[in-house]
Amino acid sequence: MLNSVRLLGARTLESVQALGRAHVFLAQTLIGMGSAVRRFSLVMQQLHASGVKTLSIILVSGLFVGMVLALQGYNTLVQFGAEESLGVVVALTLVRELGPVVTGLLFAGRAGSALTAEIGLMKSTEQLSGLEMMAIDPFQRIFAPRLLAGFLSLPMLAAMFSAVGVLGGHLVGVELLGVDVGAYWSQMQSAVSFSSDVLTGLIKAVVFGLVVTWIAIFEGADCVPTPEGVASATTRTVVKSSLAVLGLDFLLTAVMFSV
Amino acid sequence: MSDPHSTLVKIRDLHFSRGSKAIFKGLNADIPRGKITTILGPSGTGKTTLLKLIGGQEKPSAGQIDVDGLHVAALSRRDLYSLRKRMGMLFQSGALLTDLNVFDNVAFPLREHTKLPESLIHKLVLMRLHAVGLRGARDLMPAELSGGMARRAALARALVMDPMMIMYDEPFTGQDPISMGVLLELIRTVNQALGLTSLIVSHDLGESLSISDHVIVISEGKVVESGSPEALQNSESAWVQQFLNGRPDGPVPFQLSAPDYAADLASHEERLDA
Repeated sequence: MLNSVRLLGARTLESVQALGRAHVFLAQTLIGMGSAVRRFSLVMQQLHASGVKTLSIILVSGLFVGMVLALQGYNTLVQFGAEESLGVVVALTLVRELGPVVTGLLFAGRAGSALTAEIGLMKSTEQLSGLEMMAIDPFQRIFAPRLLAGFLSLPMLAAMFSAVGVLGGHLVGVELLGVDVGAYWSQMQSAVSFSSDVLTGLIKAVVFGLVVTWIAIFEGADCVPTPEGVASATTRTVVKSSLAVLGLDFLLTAVMFSV
Repeated sequence: MSDPHSTLVKIRDLHFSRGSKAIFKGLNADIPRGKITTILGPSGTGKTTLLKLIGGQEKPSAGQIDVDGLHVAALSRRDLYSLRKRMGMLFQSGALLTDLNVFDNVAFPLREHTKLPESLIHKLVLMRLHAVGLRGARDLMPAELSGGMARRAALARALVMDPMMIMYDEPFTGQDPISMGVLLELIRTVNQALGLTSLIVSHDLGESLSISDHVIVISEGKVVESGSPEALQNSESAWVQQFLNGRPDGPVPFQLSAPDYAADLASHEERLDA
């Protein structure tokens, strides 16, 4: 009994300490951001590594999610004779929710895990120490460009996810199920507003991009520098960032759509 | 440098602990300028930690380390970084950046710290690579190098900024006789030709003693013996003699401290009886 209380205390202390380390880490990375912006070629490399390389999985998933949405939406809407509104359903679901959230989850699995593994490996092979001993600040040279790239690429990926999803919805709804093409697009155009729908989705994606990349980089830099340590850090990245995306999605939705 | 015989690194009353484990308990040592100094000691005595303390990557809990007259732990970040530009460190694994080839790895500090034109960087890098015999390996990736070649490439990278001292972390571990010979020769020639100070931490006795001018033996957080390699051979310390001759038993007992052997053997039966 006493031991389990002790264990609970130790676990709590450890997670509070980790949270503290993560925030100090974020602050140091943000301080290093100035030099990352000045050497934008470093950010471009990372945009390629975490953005472009995630693009294929995002586009394929977006297409299928859009197609499934159209299929499911049509079956419900047709009962009320409202199948003309299919475009609105597909577009709003994607732009407000599924675009940023699914992109965030996929990004955590594809780019986040890769970032943690890369940085964990750099730590365990003493590359980070090596940089410091060469008087090169890893925060400026390694972490800041990666954080900025994740922050920039996730909103773009989410936008492309939604765009491809709307096309997928068109493919199934219009081409396959026979919804009127004019209704699909014009109802969508009139019902989806830029400020309340597209922008809120974009804000979510920006937040997810920052949080997922932050978690991924921190877990890599904070890992135990052994092969097991890197492996478990990679797992932690995917679990923590997925939970963070879902939790933050609820919070952001509550804040942005309840007023 | 003003006085060639002066000390480059001065360590005074150094204390350092990791968690509850005290690693250094009042260590004093001087690393002479322009010479090859080896720090010897059994595994786990914190030899690598000592290099990290000298490089300012760790901070001592008490005591002071001066490098070239600068109190390392008290330096501002900017001053620490400018001091590090004058120190090279060779990590055990080489610590080459895995996504760059050998040439770009060696060019890396120059590209980060200087605005030299690419044509000059090309010449400087090839000169360093030639010195370590790896000019022909410039296009290889670190994963394609053997352990010895990786260390040589890392040495070229450490030399490219013309440091005043180089620290070698276990440079001989796991090397075949030929690459061992190459590394020994390189450390010696580099030290002589460039007039820098070399600091080696190692537990490979024969190799390190053969090239050292000065040896410091540490154990349990303190200096046990220091002096020239010859003086060390004649040391009266039983511990040093056990270490130098690799005797399995002596001041460092073969058996880790444990309860009485006979009682220990009997204890299992007692437990069964109870």
